[in-house]
This record gives sequence, C-alpha cells and structure tokens, in this order.
Amino acid sequence: MSAADQIPTRAHLPGARILAGLALRAEAVAIPLAALLAGFAAFSLFLLVMGKSPAEFYGLVWKAGFSSAFSWQNTLSRVAPLVLAALCVALPARLGLVVIGGEGAIVLGGLAAAVTGTAVAGVPGYAGLILMALAAMAIGGFWIGAIGALRIRRGVNETISSLLMAYIAIALFNYFVEGPFRDPASLNKPSTAPLAEALRVGDMPWIAAHWGVVAGVLACLVSWVLIDRTTLGFAARIAGDNVRAAQVQGLPVARLVIGFTALGGAFAGLAGFFEVAAVHGSANASLIAGYGYTGILVAFLARHNPLAILPVAVLLGGFEASSGLIQRRMDLPDATILVFEGMVFVIILLSEALYGRFRIFTPAFWERR
Amino acid sequence: MTTFRNLDRRSFLGTTAAALGAAALGGLARPAQAAGDLSVGFIYVGPKDDFGYNQAHAEGAAAVKAMAGVTVLEEENVPESQDVQNTMESMINFDGATLLFPTSFGYFNPHILELAPKYQDVRFEHCGGLWAEGNPTNAGSYFGYIGMGQYLNGIAAGHATKSKKIGFVAAKPIPQVLNNINSFLLGARAVDPEITCQVIFTGEWSLAVKEAEATNALADQGCDVITCHVDGPKVVCETAVSRGAYVCGYHADQSPLAGDMYLTGAEWNWAGVYTDLVASFMAGEEIPNFLRGGLADGFIKMSPLGPAVSDAGRAQFEAVKAEIMAGGFAAIKGPLKDNAGNIIAADGEAFVETDVKLESMDYLVDGVMGSTS
Repeated sequence: MSAADQIPTRAHLPGARILAGLALRAEAVAIPLAALLAGFAAFSLFLLVMGKSPAEFYGLVWKAGFSSAFSWQNTLSRVAPLVLAALCVALPARLGLVVIGGEGAIVLGGLAAAVTGTAVAGVPGYAGLILMALAAMAIGGFWIGAIGALRIRRGVNETISSLLMAYIAIALFNYFVEGPFRDPASLNKPSTAPLAEALRVGDMPWIAAHWGVVAGVLACLVSWVLIDRTTLGFAARIAGDNVRAAQVQGLPVARLVIGFTALGGAFAGLAGFFEVAAVHGSANASLIAGYGYTGILVAFLARHNPLAILPVAVLLGGFEASSGLIQRRMDLPDATILVFEGMVFVIILLSEALYGRFRIFTPAFWERR
Repeated sequence: MTTFRNLDRRSFLGTTAAALGAAALGGLARPAQAAGDLSVGFIYVGPKDDFGYNQAHAEGAAAVKAMAGVTVLEEENVPESQDVQNTMESMINFDGATLLFPTSFGYFNPHILELAPKYQDVRFEHCGGLWAEGNPTNAGSYFGYIGMGQYLNGIAAGHATKSKKIGFVAAKPIPQVLNNINSFLLGARAVDPEITCQVIFTGEWSLAVKEAEATNALADQGCDVITCHVDGPKVVCETAVSRGAYVCGYHADQSPLAGDMYLTGAEWNWAGVYTDLVASFMAGEEIPNFLRGGLADGFIKMSPLGPAVSDAGRAQFEAVKAEIMAGGFAAIKGPLKDNAGNIIAADGEAFVETDVKLESMDYLVDGVMGSTS
C-alpha cells in the first residue's frame, strides 16, 4: 500500500457517492440472498441422497407457495401470526435481550380477547373488537414486559425466564379454558364461549387472508420507525450495543428495557387476538400452535430488522404452505420442510460471519473509483 | 448403501432435466391418476404410524387406496389451526379432491364449518364431531361407540388382575374419555365387584413424557392391568410392559408392542367404514350427515385375545361380546353412583350405548379413583 492510497481523494466515477452509500445496503441484501441460494443447494444434495428430484421439490414449493392467487392466500394466511410473533423477539433484541417466550403472550392474548369478547357482546360497531384487541395487547405486554422488568430489576436471565413463563402461560390458559371460562356446550373440546358474528375479523377484500396481515405490516412499520427514526429507538440501540455506556450517558435503560419488551409482548398478544377473532372464533387448545417459536426463527433470519421480517415471514409462510403438496406428490414425510428450513437457516446464520469481509461492499471501495 | 444409489451424476442430471422439462411444460409431474378418478383426501393431526388414533385412520385410508378408481391423498401432522383449512383447500384446488376425511375432532368447528359452504361440490366427512341441523349439508360426522370396546377390555382385565387394581392413562376429562374410563371399570366389575380403577389425566392428547410418568405411577400403586385413551398408546404400552403390567389396547392393535402381555384391545375399524362411505359416495347414494355405529355395525372391533387371557375370561368375553352384538346393551345401568356419591342411574334405569346422553358424560363412576377437575 503506497502513501498515496492513504490520502483521501475525491471520487472519480460519476455517482460514486451514491454507489458508496448503496454498498452497505447491498451487503445486507446480497449476503442473505447468497446464503439462501447456498441453502437451496445444500438441501438439493440432501434430496439427491434421498433419491428425490430437487427440481420437482422447488417446483412444488413455488407452485404451492407463490404461483397463483390461491397459493398466495395459503402463504399469507400463515404470515400474520409469524410477523407479530417475530416482533416480540426483534424488539427486545435491539436492547440485547433474547426473548423466546412469545408463545405465552400469544395464548394469553387470545384468551383475553375471547373473554373480553363475551363481555362486550352488546357493544356497537368496531368498539367491541378494539376492546378485545386492547385486552389482548395489554396482557401480552404485561407478560413479556414482566420478563424485561425481572431482567433489569432482578438480573433474571430473560431467555430462561421467557421460556419458562411460556409454560406457565400455557398452563394458565388450559386452566381457564377448561375451568372458569369454559363454555358448558363445548363437550369434547373445552373452549370459551363462541364469539358473536359481529366480533369476528373477516378476510381482506382482495384475497382470502384475514386483516391480521395488514396489522402485521403496520406493526412492522411502526417498529421500524420507532427503532430507526426516533431518539427513543436510538437510545435503545445504544443500550443494546453497550449498556454501561448508555447508563453513563444517563439514558433510561430500565424504562427502555421494560417498554420494548412490553411492546413486543403487546404485538404477540395481538397475534393471539387475530387467531381467536379471525380463525378460531373462541379460545381453545388449538391456539397453542407454536407460532411463538417459529417467530424466533423469523426474527433471527431478519437480523431483528422489522422491515426484513415481512419478506422473511412470507418466504417461511410459502415454505410451510408447500409442506402438504410435498407430502402428497413426492411421498416425503412432513418433516421434510423442517429439514429444509433448518438447513437454510443454519447457512443463513453462518453467513453472519461474512459481513464486512468483502471490500466490494465497503463505501471506500466505491469512493476510490 | 442403497440410499446413495441416486448420487451418481448421470441419474441426477436425468431426473433434474426431466423434472425441469415437466415444469417448463407447465404441468409438474402429477402422480399417476386416471382421468375421472375420485380423489379422496385424508388429514391426520399426528403421525400416521403412531400406533393409535391416526394410525387407525391411516389403515382405513390404505383400504380405500386399494379400491379401483380412487386416488388417495394423505397429509399428517396437520394442526387444528388455519393450517387445516389451507390443507383442505390445497387438496381441493391442487388435487381435485371431492371427498375429504379430516379426522381430528378440532377440525370440525370452525374449520370445516367455514370451508363447506365455500366448496359446495366437495363432501366433508368428519370423525367425532356432532353434526347438527343448520350445519352445512355437504358436511357430516361419523363416530363409533368405542366405550363398548373398553367394556370388553375391562372384562379381560378383570380376569387378569391379581391386585384388583387396574389403571387408566387418560388425556382429558371430556365425555368421550370419561365414557371409556367408566366402561373399562364397569367391565372389570362385571367380573369382580371389588376391582377399582385408578385414572390419571395427562391433560394433553399427545405428551409422551407425562404418559410414561402416569403409567409408572399406576404401576407403583399396584395396578397390574393398564389401558389408556391418548392419541398414541405406544408409550403407555411399552412402559406398562416394562413394569410387568398387562395391557389392554386402544385405537389400533398394539399387540406388536406388548407381546404376551397384551390381553385385547378396543380398535377402530375405519377400513370397513371408509370403504363403505367411499363406495356409496361413488354410487351417488345419500350419506347420512350424522352417522354412528358400534361393534355390530363394524365401526369398532376387538384385537384377538392374547395368550394371557384365561379360559374363564375368554368365555365371559365372548358371551358379553355376543350380547353387545345383539344390540341394546348398556354399560351404565342402575343402581349406579358416581365416585362422589351422586346417583347416576336408579335401579332399573339403563343408558344403552346409543343414548345421546352418554355424549355429555361428566362423571366418573363409583370405583374409579380420580377426579374430573
């Protein structure tokens, strides 16, 4: 390296500054995309070992997940709970917390929505629905916010406590559904009383998927603005990077931790609300479907970026939508899609190590042209 | 290593090119299906080789598969959530299914009730649900009086037990399960009125660890014949046998798991039911929306008696079985109290197997140790 290289020079190439600015963003897209393709390649090898055709597999994933209006309906109907559950992981993650118990907030949110639904059956218009959603968000926010509070006030590891609290939430849910809030008419499947028709959330007019998808998109936008465009989010990111430095700066770390965990929990509670109001019509054991855990994968793949959560959730929803067709057409077990997702995810997580290793993605590379 | 046979480059290129070609032509290779075939979809909530509820249905599907002019589609491990609606729609839209058997209880309300009006040309046949007037007419529910099978299990158990304590591992205290527990004990009491039955609820349909713990707890308390009502009886069977207890099966034939310790078992006979239903569907006959049947109707059957059943046991078992086959048999009959002392049936009162009151049972009879809440 000669001395001349060290001297900052003006960009020679027209538009080099723009390229330089794009370089970092391009890195954030190119690396996961390349990892995704590498994951596809790795899984193709696995299929070949099983004696199956990779081309047929990817053709079916495309057909079932993305090829037609019906495929999109199938994919999008899985997206809403995934997006909201992923936010329950991503928001605390910006503060450096690994919260994996969103499932608890989902089931309790669903229970709160169902119970509120029977209480507000006479309330006119959308007010009843809004009350149900608020109840679900309040309990979800309290449940996950408590985990944040335990962390910051008592030093309890949030990963362990959120996981264990999810078991407690499910046990409470079962107790209330099979006990105090059980509809006596639900004989062989204990459930809360069915919601009135006015308190059901319908499908969007243009596709047969419920309004939870729109709520998920809005929640992601709100979270992105909060994290990337407000001082609050800036403070949270500082606390996430270096909690000592944040404290020295006088940032309200405790309130940030509790606030962000509670907001994440509120979104998970909202997922429970949509499951009850749009899908099940009452709270019962079918609500414990594991969305909270799949949400963890979505959030990590999106690197806790709320805007990236959307495409990742759509991709994942599409993969899962194809599971049935793959079972039926290729005679593969239902776990195939899990193996596929697992391989793709491990490779995407490994690709984290590649960030900053390619000069082509550094602004300096482009400024010097 | 036969599994690696397809790793060579030539066959890889071959299959890839062939599949790509098929994809390019717009039609991805469909399974061989003659034009005009009836497509029948079966949907299971768990794995189809669970030695239990789902396997019983999968055996029925296998029988349908052998019928001429029928293509069978199957999907396992489908949760009772939006997923099952997606699966049903996928079978209808991608595979042209016109007859569906979504077999888990929770698939009915709201999922089938929601989809049936949307697909008027498709018939939805659901296991276990209570189809009622006002529900879509292209949907129906079927189920079997399997409590009678547990009564016969109880007779075999009553002859085998030495400790006069028998055990029951149960999922949830709902009517269908309570009926099985009560029938099991009453069958055993038809042999010896001193027998008691300890019940443990696991709280979930499929929770292997708790099922093993419950079975061990029953064995620890001296129960020497154990049966169950959970989705997959495999864990209960194997644990009971390892503790030296006899086993009465449920849902499917578990004799391969329990060997000589297997007395008998209450099994579903979905092969018969499904081939009949598919045949009448193909013939365009009307299928009742609410369909129930018992031992005599071929909805349920008993596993062959195991070697541990004594001659006296065998004789009583066959005699009662003949009585049930003749119809009008009642396991719940007076004088009978529940285990809290309330009168269930007065002297002379009887609830025959077909009585709808049994479908809202909420008690455990005298002699069952356990609680519904």
